[in-house]
Amino acid sequence: MTALLHIEGLGKRFGGFVALDGIELEVQDGERLGLIGPNGSGKSTLVNCICGTLQNEQGSVRFAGEKLDGLLAHERTRRGLARSFQLPRPFASLSLAENLRIPILYAVNARNAGALPTAAIDARCRGLLGEVGLAEKADRLPRDLTQIEMRKLELARAMAAEPKLLIADEAMAGLSHTEVDEIIALLIRLNGQGVTVIMIEHIMRAVMEFSQRLAVLVAGKKIADGAPKDVVRDAEVVRAYLGE
Amino acid sequence: MRGTPFILILIAVAGVVFGLARWLDNSYAFFVGYVVVQYIVLGTAWNILGGYTGYVNFGITAFFAIGAYSSVVLHKLVPTLPLPAMIVVGGVMAGIVGVGTGYLTLRLRGVYFSIATLALAVVVQTLITNWDFVGGARGAYVLRPRTAPLIGGGYIDYLFLIMLGLCVAALATARAIERSSLGFGFAAIRDDEAAAEASGVPTLRLKLIATGLSGGFMGMAGAPLPFYVTYLDPASGFSLNYAVNAIAMPLIGGTSSWLGPVVGAVLVGGLQEYLRVTISSAVNVLVAGVLMVMFVIIAPQGIVGLFQRKRR
Repeated sequence: MTALLHIEGLGKRFGGFVALDGIELEVQDGERLGLIGPNGSGKSTLVNCICGTLQNEQGSVRFAGEKLDGLLAHERTRRGLARSFQLPRPFASLSLAENLRIPILYAVNARNAGALPTAAIDARCRGLLGEVGLAEKADRLPRDLTQIEMRKLELARAMAAEPKLLIADEAMAGLSHTEVDEIIALLIRLNGQGVTVIMIEHIMRAVMEFSQRLAVLVAGKKIADGAPKDVVRDAEVVRAYLGE
Repeated sequence: MRGTPFILILIAVAGVVFGLARWLDNSYAFFVGYVVVQYIVLGTAWNILGGYTGYVNFGITAFFAIGAYSSVVLHKLVPTLPLPAMIVVGGVMAGIVGVGTGYLTLRLRGVYFSIATLALAVVVQTLITNWDFVGGARGAYVLRPRTAPLIGGGYIDYLFLIMLGLCVAALATARAIERSSLGFGFAAIRDDEAAAEASGVPTLRLKLIATGLSGGFMGMAGAPLPFYVTYLDPASGFSLNYAVNAIAMPLIGGTSSWLGPVVGAVLVGGLQEYLRVTISSAVNVLVAGVLMVMFVIIAPQGIVGLFQRKRR
């Protein structure tokens, strides 16, 4: 099996601050990877470098055998990389259905080099909203949503781009116990449909439940990568989280 | 309603308005009509970038005057060139400047973009003021024909008809954008640029389309101006009135739909002209200012927005 995502020697600095240093990471097709690390360890920077919101200075990102370096975020989305944002960023003036319409119009249509008819797009938007349990609010505005519904919308919008790889950036922060379970179930279901998922999360329960493999970032370096059970017992990981 | 019937209805409305003005047979009606329709075009042009895409342009006069002064130049070089050709040239010039400005400034977001466009207006005004060929600070006279080509009657009739045609084109474009994927892309940029980019929207290209279209229509609205005023100097071509009105009218009418700038321009433009003849010629700027402040506080979605909210 070839790796879907292949990150090699990735480095990113902000002025004198080294945010990421020589990151090596492979994600296999269909895998569920958990990515953890203390605050400020570079998780979101890594996501931004993978997705093209930031450009890495060193190393390279390969996706489905293609080099992504230098491509803008929207070009990477069209190649099958989607993300959700840590803080939900809905299109506030558009209805929920219209929110999902954007990636269909701009990512899916661009990829297939042919426009879907409006009715098909609409059906697809509503179908996706149904999958995350928001079907009844399809014509409402994002401001009418609760926190968990906002997270679901965020994930649904990422899914609307029909990605091969989904990066869920702290999709569960601030949610209740049962809500976390709901999102985990949703992500596992997506994975079952063939989407590779990278989950970035602080909630260890969610990470342990979801991940087939776990990678740990500390101060811009990857310090561990392996089976979740082994990684959480790794001496270096324990030290990073709990101190000496 | 699909695109073609909408355009036909627009043309019919424009025809009725023109017929009405002809029936009144009063040249003042044409002068007022020209100003109001010109503001519909300017407001619609501003709204493509400001309302749909969320980039507030304060440099309206730069694009408007580029259109006006390109007509001055063309009139000096090729006096026989018909006005519609001048409008096309003026629009293309302003559109190119729009795309160029967009490329240089669109890395700036929010208020910084607005400040840059303000600077653009100052730069263009300085260039024109120091350009002798178009009269510099002294201004330029443009002698217009006494009678209208093709349709007969006064030349102002012809100017009004041309402006009505431009208005139809601008409104048809604005409405087509609203309903196309372009409009959804613009809205996504307006709401959240990073999220738009992550959803596959090529934000830079779309912003350049918006600045080009917006600037182009502003230039086209300005191109007939030298023939309307017959004497154009930088102070009048770059008058703050144009900028204030072009922003106030869409805001008052509502920025979410093509109808907003129309409602705003007819209401504010009409009121201004009424007050200009009944009270004083200086009070008209006050009207736009006061109404804009009122609407921003009471009805930020504008008049059209008030009705849309009721429907929702």
